Amino acid sequence: MRRLLCGVMLLAAGAAWAASPAPKLKAGTFEPARVAPEIVQKAADGSTFKLSALRGKVVVLEFGFTHCYEVCPVSLAMLAEARKRLGADAGQLQVVFISVDPERDTPERMKSYLAQFDKGFVGLTGTPEQMAAIRKDYGITATKHPTAGSKTEYQMGHSSYLYFVDKQGKLRALMPYGRPADDIVHDVKLLAKE
Amino acid sequence: MKKRIVPVLLLIALAAPLLWAALAPIQPATRDKLFEIPKGTWERRMAGKNEEILPDRITLTLGVRDVLHLRNNDTVPQIFGPVLIMPGQDFRLPFEQAGEHPFACTAHASGQMTVVVEEAPAAGWPRLRWRFQTLLNHFA
Repeated sequence: MRRLLCGVMLLAAGAAWAASPAPKLKAGTFEPARVAPEIVQKAADGSTFKLSALRGKVVVLEFGFTHCYEVCPVSLAMLAEARKRLGADAGQLQVVFISVDPERDTPERMKSYLAQFDKGFVGLTGTPEQMAAIRKDYGITATKHPTAGSKTEYQMGHSSYLYFVDKQGKLRALMPYGRPADDIVHDVKLLAKE
Repeated sequence: MKKRIVPVLLLIALAAPLLWAALAPIQPATRDKLFEIPKGTWERRMAGKNEEILPDRITLTLGVRDVLHLRNNDTVPQIFGPVLIMPGQDFRLPFEQAGEHPFACTAHASGQMTVVVEEAPAAGWPRLRWRFQTLLNHFA
């Protein structure tokens, strides 16, 4: 009788576990997810970057520029913090920072800028045409806003979302600007488990 | 004695659903608020027809209906904020903070839409009012 009771309880627990909803990503999600547009570009360190070569890792793409003083530094700091919080699993996350201001973002500048946050971040810059082609594939616009009182200085208006590419290379999710590092950790862990 | 019980029972019968509506937690079957971009939207826009297919302002409620769900049934990609939604694709964006969020949106003639996210209605009068309003909207 006791065994029967234990069996019933185990079955009930199993059914409850199976019925519990799967944990959801905190970011905005696509259904069905499409393969992330390929990016082949010379990285800031001189190597050739190919997005599809990162299958097996969770990739977070951030579009930004090194002269940004509002959004980009905050997002990069959050991503660096997320990598710290991932601890031994930090290798499962690859952050790629894609310049929307290639005229000022030289490879050397990108490299030293990103190293302030995390030496593992990859920076991509190139000709304006190359970077515009990447933005077009992801549906992103970037516009120049001249700084008041200056003929040379400007800021760039651009998407502040983080783009999550899963281990199969699919564009799975977008996280709005301003979410805490724990949200990034949460979603990276979920995608890394799949 | 019997004469006294009847009005008391009537009062309880009236008060019980009101109390339930004011105090019971809201447990929606889905937290998605779905909006569909119908097939032919882009063609109609190109033909100069600017009828609105989505509201300019979308209101969401935290904890109840706080996931904006966009479905692109059109034959061309649509841009919502920084998001490129491909034909036949759904995009779900959960919100966790109350406030107003403006987005660029190619499905709007104006190119803009605003998502207003409200706090979850607290127990008591706000929750009762929220349930009453939802019921009215259902029949409207």
